[in-house]
Amino acid sequence: MAKLPSDLKYAKSHEWVRVSGNVATIGITDHAQHELTDVVFVELPDVGKKIKAGDACAVVESVKTASDIYSPVSGEIIEVNKAVAQDPALVNSEPYTNGWFYKIKLTDPAELNVLMGPDQYQAQIGSA
Amino acid sequence: MKRTPLFATHQKLGGKLIEFGGWEMPVQYTSIMDEHLAVRKAAGIFDISHMGEVYLDGPQAGPFLNQALTNDVRKLLVGQGHYTLMCNERGGVVDDLYAYRLEPEEYLLVVNASRIEGDVAWLGKQWEGFKGRSGAVLRDLSGATGAVAVQGPRVTDFIERCFPGASAGGTAVRCVKELKKNQIARVKFEGKDTWLARTGYTGEDGFEIIAPDELIESIWNQVLAEGRPYGLKPAGLGARDTLRTEVCYPLYGHELDEDTTPIEAGLGMFVALDKGEFTGRSVLAKQKTNGVGKKLVAFKMTDKSAPPRPHYPIWSTGSNPARIGEVVSGTQSPTLGIGIGLSYVPPEFAGSGTRLEIEIRSKHAVAQVVSKPFYRKPD
Repeated sequence: MAKLPSDLKYAKSHEWVRVSGNVATIGITDHAQHELTDVVFVELPDVGKKIKAGDACAVVESVKTASDIYSPVSGEIIEVNKAVAQDPALVNSEPYTNGWFYKIKLTDPAELNVLMGPDQYQAQIGSA
Repeated sequence: MKRTPLFATHQKLGGKLIEFGGWEMPVQYTSIMDEHLAVRKAAGIFDISHMGEVYLDGPQAGPFLNQALTNDVRKLLVGQGHYTLMCNERGGVVDDLYAYRLEPEEYLLVVNASRIEGDVAWLGKQWEGFKGRSGAVLRDLSGATGAVAVQGPRVTDFIERCFPGASAGGTAVRCVKELKKNQIARVKFEGKDTWLARTGYTGEDGFEIIAPDELIESIWNQVLAEGRPYGLKPAGLGARDTLRTEVCYPLYGHELDEDTTPIEAGLGMFVALDKGEFTGRSVLAKQKTNGVGKKLVAFKMTDKSAPPRPHYPIWSTGSNPARIGEVVSGTQSPTLGIGIGLSYVPPEFAGSGTRLEIEIRSKHAVAQVVSKPFYRKPD
């Protein structure tokens, strides 16, 4: 069973959001990394870029395919995870900690209300 | 979608199923990386039952094949096979295949799953125009025949336990391990005839087992049970694709199609221009003498970049860059840990060391033409 930390919010497209004040950290879920299998490349947005919720703003590549990562929230990118660009396997081994993608300064915190809690997300992905 | 006799087995093993050439096939069981490295270091077992089998029998079977295929079947001893191609009149590739000579006047063609119907139709059309057609029969056995590939350096440690004893046809051997590369032998499995060939599509040593559908599940289970202690793992089409890309074996629909010739694909050694007339010969002979307008090259990414993927545009470098081709096969190489690919480019860009740029999501990443293959198994 995929791990689902209780303090995170989840998007339908398999990203997680950790909120601290007006900054959110974004990554992909354990279920998503498991489906992708070996991550070999991560492309991150530029710091300073302004994005809207639902925008494709990063790419994660496994041996077989490239997959877009959609931002669950709107705002400005204030930091990206250089470690994960250097060592993409962190997405597989530590999806909720050292495998994070980027930090974003929220422009519309109300968007957080439409994201799912762990139970809801669990229901979406089934028992897999 | 069509299913092989191993469909339920793949489900039981947790295989992730995808569509491939009209078949529902496992792309991976655990991960492509894991399965790829198992084949390079130990062994992997693949379901290749989707592939087609066409059987020809009779005194005119050999002469007919020499008219329809590019390689010279007269070179084949009984119990031997070789790689060959089927071309149209323009020299374009209808399919690439293996032709085995099972008995003096019996041949087996193993063809691509996605091409079975087209191949049989094309062979049938040439059959009509072939003078000796009363002297041979052609049968498509694809619907009732399956196959399994067992590949990797450890395969010889356990294959004999699954197929003990001497061969009963094809190449005469006391045990299957004595088969040399490209040889094929008839062996018994549960008292029934199967064919075992020392061939494969991974660049490793190994065998391909061709058998009636009803034996396939039992063969798979026994080979897997005997091989597990040696590191044998089920491997899917994902690993099959990365393994063949590392050794630069063509895949129909990527490197080969009806508008591409074997000469352009760098497969001239499988075209026997000296054997007499055959379909496509005049175009291929001309290309061999006068040169080609495009050449298949292997390239590797030189900087850290996303892996190249099929259809990504390829650009020349320098002050006046031009779009010169596109990626036909590309992936992250699990063995080398870098992006690798194959592409057709004009001959002036085909030399080893030539710098190219691969357009990946509107950004250009630097690549370099290298000599084929990317990987060679250790001696």
